[in-house]
Amino acid sequence: MPISGNRGDDAHPGEPLWVPWGEFTPSSRWVLIRVTSLSYVAGAKGPDAVGVSPAKRIRERRKPTSMKTTKRSFVVLLLVLALLAAACGSDSEDTTTTQGGASDDMTTTEASMALSAHLLGAGASFPAPIYLEWIGEYTSNVQPDVSINYQSIGSGGGVEQFIGQQTDFGASDAFLSDEDLAAAADARGCAAIHIPTVFGAVALGYNLDGVDSLTLDGPTLVDIFFGNVDTWNDAAITALNPGMDLPDEPIIVAHRLDGSGTTSIFTTYLSDVSDEWANGPGAGKEIDWPAPNSVGGDKNDGVAAQIQQNPGAIGYIELSYAIETGIPVADMINADGNAVTPTLESTAAAADGITIPDDLRFNILGVGGEGYPIAGATWLLLWQCGYDENVSAVLKDWITWDLTQGDSLAEELLYSPLPASLEAKALAKVDLINSEG
Amino acid sequence: MTTTTDTHSGAPRRPPLAGSKSVADKWFRRGLAFAGTSVLLILGTMLLFTVIDAWPVFRHEGLGFITSSTWDPGVSRTEVTGQYGALAFIIGTLVTAGIALVIAVPLSVGTALYLTQVAQRRVRNPLTYAIELLAAVPSVVYGLWGLLFFVPTVLRPTMNLVADTLGGFIPFLAPPVITYNYFSAGVVLAIMIIPIITAVTREVMAKTPPSEIAAAYALGATRWEMMRSVVLPRARPGMIGATMLGLGRALGETIAVAMLIGGSKQIGDSIFKGGQSMAGIIAVTFQEAAPENVKALIGVGVVLFVITIIVNMVARGIVLLTGGHVTGDAAV
Amino acid sequence: MSFATASPTARPGLRTRTPNAAARKRKDRLMTGLLLLAVTLVLIPIILILYQVILRGIGAMSWSFLTSTQPFSQRNEGGGYLNGLFGTLYLLLIAVIVAVPLGIATATFVVEYKDSRLSPIIRFFTDVMTGVPSIFIGLYIYALLVQGRIGFSIGFSTVAGGLALSLLMLPIVARASEEVLRLVPDDLRNAAYGLGARRWQVVTRTVLPAASSGLITGSMLAVGRAAGETAPLLLTALGAFALVLDPINAPQSALPLIIYNEARGPFEAAQARAWAGALELMLLVLILTIIARTVNRSSELER
Repeated sequence: MPISGNRGDDAHPGEPLWVPWGEFTPSSRWVLIRVTSLSYVAGAKGPDAVGVSPAKRIRERRKPTSMKTTKRSFVVLLLVLALLAAACGSDSEDTTTTQGGASDDMTTTEASMALSAHLLGAGASFPAPIYLEWIGEYTSNVQPDVSINYQSIGSGGGVEQFIGQQTDFGASDAFLSDEDLAAAADARGCAAIHIPTVFGAVALGYNLDGVDSLTLDGPTLVDIFFGNVDTWNDAAITALNPGMDLPDEPIIVAHRLDGSGTTSIFTTYLSDVSDEWANGPGAGKEIDWPAPNSVGGDKNDGVAAQIQQNPGAIGYIELSYAIETGIPVADMINADGNAVTPTLESTAAAADGITIPDDLRFNILGVGGEGYPIAGATWLLLWQCGYDENVSAVLKDWITWDLTQGDSLAEELLYSPLPASLEAKALAKVDLINSEG
Repeated sequence: MTTTTDTHSGAPRRPPLAGSKSVADKWFRRGLAFAGTSVLLILGTMLLFTVIDAWPVFRHEGLGFITSSTWDPGVSRTEVTGQYGALAFIIGTLVTAGIALVIAVPLSVGTALYLTQVAQRRVRNPLTYAIELLAAVPSVVYGLWGLLFFVPTVLRPTMNLVADTLGGFIPFLAPPVITYNYFSAGVVLAIMIIPIITAVTREVMAKTPPSEIAAAYALGATRWEMMRSVVLPRARPGMIGATMLGLGRALGETIAVAMLIGGSKQIGDSIFKGGQSMAGIIAVTFQEAAPENVKALIGVGVVLFVITIIVNMVARGIVLLTGGHVTGDAAV
Repeated sequence: MSFATASPTARPGLRTRTPNAAARKRKDRLMTGLLLLAVTLVLIPIILILYQVILRGIGAMSWSFLTSTQPFSQRNEGGGYLNGLFGTLYLLLIAVIVAVPLGIATATFVVEYKDSRLSPIIRFFTDVMTGVPSIFIGLYIYALLVQGRIGFSIGFSTVAGGLALSLLMLPIVARASEEVLRLVPDDLRNAAYGLGARRWQVVTRTVLPAASSGLITGSMLAVGRAAGETAPLLLTALGAFALVLDPINAPQSALPLIIYNEARGPFEAAQARAWAGALELMLLVLILTIIARTVNRSSELER
């Protein structure tokens, strides 16, 4: 039992003393004094330590928890909380609460069960505004126990993460190529499904002081993006815009940095109107942009920001991004020679009359009449197998809701909902989700 | 109070002689050594796994990986079909780091001189603390501040001015000015590396022997002459080390540069054009890269890693050899 | 007498008239002016950054900002970064659990077992590791754990993000701890040896407690650094809109990630939130630093 004393006066040689690692037995008075002073220096501060004044000793006894113990217990508390949180988190996943009868939601679907799941999807920024609105509405008012995390990372990312099995669904404005389809089937063991959701317009936003409207056509656009037309008052542009005072400023081309379905729609159009473009940079989610005065942005958001920030810039963005931020957009001359402003109506008109193959993969090209020429569909990517029961039920329910109930929201954001015939085909595809189990 | 309850049986215990190995000692040492070698293991596996992953692309491109500027990723999942020349990104990284150094080094050296030689004691500490504050600002906040305030409001008019006046004669200052470009990224990067260069240079300058300073004054030198003849020559090797540390930090900086460099896969012919850095192309395109593209991006990462590590090793070597000491919040 | 701060009039020598005394004096004043200019130029960004972040951040900051999660669409007003704050704290917790013990153990080995041949090698490579680009660390964890090179994959997750941050923190903790441990006077160790302690006891019962406040400060420094990191999280945590409790197979949000995404878009509502988020992040780092300094000071007072 350690001896406590007043500055070691009461300690004796031959009796053990407390030191932080156990006990020490001083052999002589001289050693005792040395030990006393050294252990004080060494910070030996247990409550019974030699050399501790009685007042401090009493204080220490009264608050037995030293700072170190407090810190330790705090860390332990944090750990326990974390473990509890993790346990609770994994508990609440995968519980399907099936309550019989109709839920008290405001939709007109009959007898929908209350579903519960966490979904993860990632992909295109082109439809991100409407997907996020749909998700917001669906998870707040229709199925409150469902959470859907959609990360807008670009179509390229959507396809990659989908094939890489990291997400429950993907989103892309560029449908999967044959090679990608084969790879997907290999990866999962069953086929991937394309479900179109909306049509959107790819608008050409620009930043020119004092110029509120602009008209362009395909070939001029190609030249701009080649860099052949590099000032705003170039003959090609003034020819299309008679009477307008265009400045002698360099054109700064804004494009996507990341793999993008929007790029795919845009470059498919450029390749369609120009053989030189088709043989040169070509079409695709990511290409080599030839214009020397160019700047890149990440996702539609980034390109819109670059257009805002660079006087003299022109770039391709999904229409709702332009409207939402006040960026003026150019009228495009379509195949019939009409100058068309990108709007909800002209987007819907663009989709009229195209032939749609069975796998629902298509491009919108050769648009005439009242249609806006640069438009495209966007797809959700899903699997025919491999989903949890619960996840698959939510996916079907959500996508059906989007296609049938989401029209008004889509139109508010200037996305054109699918025409009735295409919607029926899309809904048929929804049934295929997880059909192979 | 002398109660002696003897908890041991028998005679008082004699402690073992210090220095004799116990089992506990051996395992303790082993445990610590294992923890220490984990650092080596991590570094080693980092380099190993990434080089192995990127090998197919390296083999496909050969030296062209670092000498060609054609970056055209393919979409194959099995082979390497695209073209991967990372020169544009290497140049982007080096140019922004270069601009950052050109701006930061004179400012840092001047500040360090001021702090050690000119400033009065009550001003020195607050000033030092304020500069360390620059080091505490997270990189994404630098990016945000640069993106939404500094570049559009402060830098852009300056760039326009320089491009319009000097751009005619000096080719790399030519217009048109794209708002986010090498120069914008370089300036913000300079602000980010000033603390580390200042901290190390200050340490080195503080070690100047006061006797030599006194000697210079005794010989009738002005303060500037003293600084030029005594402080600067002695501090020169340390300043080189500090500069290289700043360079290392500038090379590795990802987010602020990615937000401000403009984003173009071409090599701009003017510093007012947009470009892309090695870290930037990885950050922006990684999530969506097809498997062959992923390998190429990992390859870019390896090149960046190697360059940064070499610069850092040389820098710390120089600093150590010249007796400087890399301390403080700014220096890690 | 300290010559560094000696006033000009106290300095000997200049009163002697040399032929070009006036010119030298002018040059001296010019150079001092340039030095002053340098310091001013360095101070301007500090002031600008603090001013802008506080001004714009406070404008968008509110109690609802601190307590709500992100709105579903960037273009919507309102909402907050609660999911990011929660995610950052969760990620930091994991990072601290991994990096702090490992870093302190490494530093202890390097300092206490200086005699070992391994020690200088570990020290050198720890230094080298501070220079690894943060994006590269993200790449490494992505390839290793998210995609699953080593057999199993945990997907985009808090654990992946936390491990990436811990790799970032490890060399900082190790270096800071090493410096603190070096400062512990040898007298203390000798005292302990003199009292009969074994080597491991000397280290764990004397050296580490003596250095504890400095170790905590060093770890807090590393945590503050890691709190602001974005690049490693881009590839490992990905991002989420809600509070995420699952440690694996569910992407996690983080304050710097949200700021990065919202700042680069064209929507004013998002940009306003980004400024508030930046203020929140800097306050978080400030709080961590203050905690560190308080711990330091209070344990000094204990002595």
